[in-house]
Amino acid sequence: MNKIMSKNGLILACFALVVTAVVALTHELTKSDIAKQEQKYLLTLLEQVIEPTTYDNDLANQCVLITAPKALGRKTPQRAFIATKDNVPVAIAIETTAPNGYSGNIDLLVGVDLFGKASGVRTLRHQETPGLGDKVELAKSSWIESFKDKILTDKNENQWQVKKDGGQFDQFTGATITPRAVILATKKAIAYVKNNHQTIINSGNSCGAQS
Amino acid sequence: MNTYAELTWQGIWKNNPGLVQLLGLCPLLAVTSTLTNALGMSLATIIVMVGSNATVSIIRNFIPKEIRIPIFVMIIAGYVTCVQLLFNAYAFGIYQSLGIFLPLIVTNCIIIGRAEAFASKNDLLPSIYDGFIMAIGFSLVLVLLGGIRELLGQGTLFDGAPLLLGEWASVLRVEVIEFEQSFLFIMLPPGAFVALGIILAIKNSLDDKVEAIIVPPVVVEKPQRARVNNVT
Repeated sequence: MNKIMSKNGLILACFALVVTAVVALTHELTKSDIAKQEQKYLLTLLEQVIEPTTYDNDLANQCVLITAPKALGRKTPQRAFIATKDNVPVAIAIETTAPNGYSGNIDLLVGVDLFGKASGVRTLRHQETPGLGDKVELAKSSWIESFKDKILTDKNENQWQVKKDGGQFDQFTGATITPRAVILATKKAIAYVKNNHQTIINSGNSCGAQS
Repeated sequence: MNTYAELTWQGIWKNNPGLVQLLGLCPLLAVTSTLTNALGMSLATIIVMVGSNATVSIIRNFIPKEIRIPIFVMIIAGYVTCVQLLFNAYAFGIYQSLGIFLPLIVTNCIIIGRAEAFASKNDLLPSIYDGFIMAIGFSLVLVLLGGIRELLGQGTLFDGAPLLLGEWASVLRVEVIEFEQSFLFIMLPPGAFVALGIILAIKNSLDDKVEAIIVPPVVVEKPQRARVNNVT
């Protein structure tokens, strides 16, 4: 009995080893391609929120981790990418989360210059209702582009709402909660960058340059 | 009928994984909102099933009966992880749109079902063919369902094909019906259930006719042990 058990255990262990080896090998072979794909994807996203002509650094690798649960909606660190031109910071692309979407978190990437002018916003991840709330995705609707070149100042703060609440942004038919959440999160992120950009810039590279 | 014709008949129609065995409903219903997604899922399932059936068939004489299931599970999990890594590296767009359902192939019962019911009792070539044709049968249902749902849901076919096939594939996209609003019911899971139900009904109503054409009359074969029983 014991003999059979140890024999079977041994066989199982061998299989586990072989399978793990195969997976590890595949991982090793695809690792650089996966990293490249993810980097490429990140860069396409970044270029959508900050006009590529306005900076000249390796944006995807100029990255800082920030933990600001109040402003950025997450208890875990969010990434911020610093765009510089001739070594002078010009804009920041920051990840933020709208915790109050219709179904769960909406992850956003917000591009903003240092004075509170948005250069672009994109949805990274969301689970909003298809056909209604998912219009925050660029693939479904161009709504998200309405943030481009909008400026947040101390005076126009109440403009950062959906039209229904007296602001400047369209709501979607049948879905107001989603755009509300996205606008609020964007506004908070912009305000955060505006007030803290010195700290962000000075905190040094902490998440980029992973070849 | 010879073995391969028999296997084809079983995989595509008589014992179709999606329509008769009703295995793997989770990916079947979840990812078939567009044709492209369905194709991506098909591709992944075919690779995993052929691979796992081949491996199981090769090692079938070396593994003790008592621990065969955990070993099958390990092999399948290994294949799925590899496929996932490969998709991540070389078909990033489709990897993103399949999301969690790609790693979830591991839980697709059809794969372990074929490993246990067929590959563990048969030679390498028939096992590979069985895995392949079963996966094709499954894929046909995926693609059919994906096509129907995409057509009725958003009026297009091959939307997002470049994600899977590369840039040239954008010419494949056809806008068949122009919708102001996409037909949500079809896009969401309930639409998948209803569409699958209708396909099932049609399949069942055609069963006798098709069988009369394909299967030559008076074949009293000894039922093979290897078949998963057709539950009625």
